[in-house]
Amino acid sequence: MFSLDRWDVAYTNLIKFSVCFIILCVLIGLFLAILLDQKIRVEGALRAMYLYPMALSFIVTGTVWKWILNPEFGVERIVQNLGFESFTFDWLVNPEMSIYTVVIAGIWQSSGFVMALFLAGLRGIDNQIIHAASIDGASLPTIYWRIIIPGLRPVFFSVLIILLHIAIKSFDLIIALNNAGPGYSSDVPATFMYTYSFSRGQIAIGSASATIMLMVIIAIVVPYLYSELRSEKHA
Amino acid sequence: MRKYFDNRRLGRIFIYTILALFAAYSLFPLYIMVITSFKTMAEIRGGGILLPPGTLNLESWTIAWSGSGECTQGVACTGMKGYFANTLLMVIPAVGISTLLGALNGYVLTKWRFRGSNLLFGMLLLGCFIPFQVILLPMAQVLGQLGLSGSLVGLTFVHVVYGLAFTSLFFRNYYITVPSELIQAARIDGAGFWRIFLRIILPISAPVFVVSVIWQFTQIWNDFLFGVVYSDSQSQPIMVALNNLVNTSTGVKRYNVDMAGALIAGLPTLIVYVIAGKFFVRGLTSGAVKG
Repeated sequence: MFSLDRWDVAYTNLIKFSVCFIILCVLIGLFLAILLDQKIRVEGALRAMYLYPMALSFIVTGTVWKWILNPEFGVERIVQNLGFESFTFDWLVNPEMSIYTVVIAGIWQSSGFVMALFLAGLRGIDNQIIHAASIDGASLPTIYWRIIIPGLRPVFFSVLIILLHIAIKSFDLIIALNNAGPGYSSDVPATFMYTYSFSRGQIAIGSASATIMLMVIIAIVVPYLYSELRSEKHA
Repeated sequence: MRKYFDNRRLGRIFIYTILALFAAYSLFPLYIMVITSFKTMAEIRGGGILLPPGTLNLESWTIAWSGSGECTQGVACTGMKGYFANTLLMVIPAVGISTLLGALNGYVLTKWRFRGSNLLFGMLLLGCFIPFQVILLPMAQVLGQLGLSGSLVGLTFVHVVYGLAFTSLFFRNYYITVPSELIQAARIDGAGFWRIFLRIILPISAPVFVVSVIWQFTQIWNDFLFGVVYSDSQSQPIMVALNNLVNTSTGVKRYNVDMAGALIAGLPTLIVYVIAGKFFVRGLTSGAVKG
């Protein structure tokens, strides 16, 4: 398996995808949570709008974004109709960029959820600390940077674990969006495993890749669970 | 004072603008899905993905639901209604069984602790994180030996097993807040394992049942991977059907039918989300993070 070029593509893609997906989701989620925390009047409605994609299947998401990103009819056409005739946006069919279309759709689906987690964390922070700091003359950005964001550390941790976990498991989205293509340019280990086990009948290679996935997940999750369970015992 | 007030107002406008922009981004795909599903193919080719349809054209919905009638094989011909029924037949028992077993697990793990019950709980938690891909091949062997491969029963079984980790976690986290003195008192009064469960635990479990049912329903309804691996052409669930519908290479591409199909497949979970969004969010956060 390690000698296969396709495996190289798959895990490089996974790294590209995870890094972009996680960083952007965290930034967008945190940003939205902070804005929503400013005593917004229609907060409930906005929250519902941000979060509803999470109720949809990745297959549905993939189908819709495939249509939106379609070079013939979608975003490319919209911008061209605005007058930018030479604008091209062909990420979906461009082997170099196809993995980033998965990032776009993935962020759409997951950032609302990250926002909800951060918002819950923000609400859990003691108001008196913030009040005290503002009496001491700290400006709002300083309060956020110095007090609130450090206070969210455990939430960051959970969010990272969850997003990483979504990223490693992401399979449906890629299949529905562009079927790991063009060619195998947007393959990740999850689709790699599936292709080798079920489409090509090379079950040994499929099992090997599944085992690698399991080992990576265990390496990340077991220490996390261990620390969580320990702290629960102390509490 | 006046200047301060202006700044504040500007700030508020800024915040609301950003929030509205994100709301638009978040709603945009839904809007596209709905308007495209009501367009004719001529309108779609004519351009303007953003423009609403001229007339409300329901043809693509009927094709997506009950087929075009031009052929007999595959979802593009028969429509999604059979697969919708398949999924319902699978979801209802799978959700019911996994939730009940989860309740029992949670009850035992919190109120009838035994040596190693914490270790067992840790392993259950790990079960929530195991990638689907890892259990695909071993599970296929198990199903083969049970004689259940390629059937709805087999698929239901897989969902029950995989969902148990999550439902046990929900119930365990809920029951741990129930005071153990209550159980002790009942035991002194002579109530047994089942009596305590049925008379004391179950009556107070309504909220967590809702969370668990909604979570399991959404997960199972939206599943694709188990569906595509463990079913034959007769027992495919809806997400597999949708993917086949969208990715058929034969015939003319009908984007409006694709979008109608995506809406049909997405509607049940969306409805659940609209009705019981609060519980849905609670399930998400407690399923992903502990308690």
